[in-house]
Amino acid sequence: MSEDTGQNVLSVDDLSISFKTRDGSSKAVDAVNFHIARGETLAIVGESGSGKSVTCYSLLGLIPQPPGVIESGVAQFTSQGQQRDLLRSDKQALRSLLGNKIALIFQDPMTCLNPYLTIGEQLIEPLCQHKNHTREQARNRAIELLQEVGIKNAEARFTSYPHEFSGGMRQRVMIAMALITEPELLIADEPTTALDVTIQAQILDLLDKLKKQRNIALIFISHDLSVVASIADRVAVMRAGKIVEAGKTQQIFKQPRHAYTQQLLASVPSGAKPAQACQPNPQAPALLKIEHLKTVFEQGKAGLFSARPAPTIAVNDVSFELRHHEILGLVGESGSGKSTLGRSVIQLIKPTAGRVQLDGQELTQLSSKQLKPLRQRMQMIFQDPYASLNPRMTVFDTLAEPLLYHRIATRKNVTPRVLALMDDVGLAHAAIRKYPHEFSGGQRQRIAIGRAIATKPEVIIADEPVSALDVTIQAQILELILALVERHNLSMLFISHDLSVVRTIADRVLVMHQGQVIERGDTETLWAAPQESYTQSLLAAVPHL
Amino acid sequence: MSSPEINSTQQDIDTPPTPLAPAEKGSSLWRDAWHRLQKNKMALLGLVVMVAMCIIALLTPWITVYGYEEQNLLLGASPPSAAHWLGTDTLGRDLLTRILYGSRISLAVGFIATAVALLIGVIYGTVAGYMGGRIDAAMMRLVDILYALPFMIFIILLMVIFGRNILLLFLAIGAVEWLTMARIVRGQVQSLRQQEFVEAAVSIGLGPWAIIRRHLIPNTLGPVIVYTTLTIPSVMLLESFLSFLGLGIQPPQSSWGLLISYGVETMEEYPWLLIFPGLALSLTLFALNFLGDGLRDALDPRASKD
Repeated sequence: MSEDTGQNVLSVDDLSISFKTRDGSSKAVDAVNFHIARGETLAIVGESGSGKSVTCYSLLGLIPQPPGVIESGVAQFTSQGQQRDLLRSDKQALRSLLGNKIALIFQDPMTCLNPYLTIGEQLIEPLCQHKNHTREQARNRAIELLQEVGIKNAEARFTSYPHEFSGGMRQRVMIAMALITEPELLIADEPTTALDVTIQAQILDLLDKLKKQRNIALIFISHDLSVVASIADRVAVMRAGKIVEAGKTQQIFKQPRHAYTQQLLASVPSGAKPAQACQPNPQAPALLKIEHLKTVFEQGKAGLFSARPAPTIAVNDVSFELRHHEILGLVGESGSGKSTLGRSVIQLIKPTAGRVQLDGQELTQLSSKQLKPLRQRMQMIFQDPYASLNPRMTVFDTLAEPLLYHRIATRKNVTPRVLALMDDVGLAHAAIRKYPHEFSGGQRQRIAIGRAIATKPEVIIADEPVSALDVTIQAQILELILALVERHNLSMLFISHDLSVVRTIADRVLVMHQGQVIERGDTETLWAAPQESYTQSLLAAVPHL
Repeated sequence: MSSPEINSTQQDIDTPPTPLAPAEKGSSLWRDAWHRLQKNKMALLGLVVMVAMCIIALLTPWITVYGYEEQNLLLGASPPSAAHWLGTDTLGRDLLTRILYGSRISLAVGFIATAVALLIGVIYGTVAGYMGGRIDAAMMRLVDILYALPFMIFIILLMVIFGRNILLLFLAIGAVEWLTMARIVRGQVQSLRQQEFVEAAVSIGLGPWAIIRRHLIPNTLGPVIVYTTLTIPSVMLLESFLSFLGLGIQPPQSSWGLLISYGVETMEEYPWLLIFPGLALSLTLFALNFLGDGLRDALDPRASKD
């Protein structure tokens, strides 16, 4: 990939970076080459640990050294006819480039904004520092830019603090902040990963528009192929520190040459749920019946002189049924109440009103002691496999705990059952004495799934079980979940913000918005003809390959 | 899709289970912590010093030549010599012997009072943190109130009511030190309680005691152990302080605090009576502080494996 180096803003050659660890040194970036010209978007795609972020951060001197060591490479940055090797520039020179000619946008805008300064203050800071503007000039420039990135009422918002903005708006502020010095190169590290799908679509549009207007070179780092497809001109696929394939977006997506690229593309969830041997019977009686469920969170306490703040209604009058052997998808954006609904159903949160019936038995009125035998029949899988496993318990302890506690097995005969569980979820027996931190994210989720099915439950509530995982791992875990539902005749409430994932796994779908289920139906029917405008906008915002 | 290169990255697809494979011993967090501790030479030195001190303290009656109350009034206060390595005090008692016997008291106070603090503090803090709400508020206000009581008065009162007693001293100091421990543990438990693995335990059906015992307490141990190693020296200082004021150990028994207070009185004429007990106490405090520091770094879950 070296056609024309004359106009390139940045060209990186033979970049290698390694990190020193206790067990020697590991190569994070291995002989990476790429280049980018103005007005172009280069997407660097890879899974976690592929070295995509390290590559870009090393260019800006943001890699801690030690333990990082830049072993070789040249990164030629061209600006106004001046060439400079970023890897061999001193700190002073880099600082004058960073936040000036080169700008960065991070994944989580909240952690990158100083909560104690107004966004206006933070916006004009680089202008006063790099461009010697007066405060008045800088202020006008900043307000102009805020309007450009789509902040309404920019003049007034100029003095707002970061927490007064929503996630999407904060990301817009971050973009404004990155653009304020008119950079020639913009590096965006997973800028939309933390955002809801409709907001993501807006931010992608905005980035694309700004890039074209200002003729910026945009490096877009992402793990998400479908996001990249809509914005990139060229794509570089990274794996284990190497660029395994690079080329025009069209070509990469239509004719991937490298096996890894093909695997990545195949892992992206798309299309309908594969036909299964045994379909849920629509006439079957409901296993789980939710009626008029309402969960309200009290906010704070009444002060001496102030009334109690209005409570938040997280789940508002939701009714649905879960049938035998059915996977019911529950989709919604963050804050829609979908996680609270899941936790209210399984009685982790006591619902304020309404009924939850498992096989005809009412759960909401039971004490935790009375619930105990019923807990065997209903289990939960959590989103974050790093947080959902006790770090001080081995796989054996974690999997044996429910069996012992419910007296399904005794200390003496529990081991074979634990081993059987490990077979079930695809874990090697040798790992039985290992601790969670020794596993990858996907393997941890397997452990968590093993724990959930240990008591042979009938209902499983899965709260975003694949959201924290890389796309290839996500595909494997989804496959595992489908296989287990089949094998153990499970019924599942599958909660997710990712509509493509839900489509590949769910038989029926509920769409949740502001605490209410606003639309429901068979998955394919709903996809083909969504009735509510909110559902339509959700589906329209899903990025496609 | 069958390139060998690909397969190497699919670490997540596990090898098919082989029933006969020997179980790999997991590298537990503790072992990682031990690895990191070994890298910290000062902490390791602190550990060695502490272990050596405890062994010597235990063996004191068998390795000392003189008795701790054995006086030699003819000798009086004499500087270090071949017969008395660290000299003698005004009553002609061997200082080395008295320091060694003193170490038994000082270390015992340090460890026992800290153990008392540990026991009360961890249980109290865990219950308060786990229960939350009103119970938590009530329990922590009690801690606040106890904090506000001047503890010298508390101890003097105890001494007045129950008389002087070493065991009482242990309990009294422990009863004061647990307050901080309870606060630390409560904070830990409050953040742990939000974690999904505790929710998972609830959804399995575990009762509150099982959750506290199996899921919460083990996860608070890191900070607790660190705080413990830092409490021991402060408790030893406290005992020194009380003895110094005449509220702790009484002669002819000996503790470091007592020896130091004695040494201060005669500092001008017989400086060795202050210097050597002072050195012994300082050495212990250094050792424990370095060890505590090292443990804090070693047990920090955010620390990577390097």
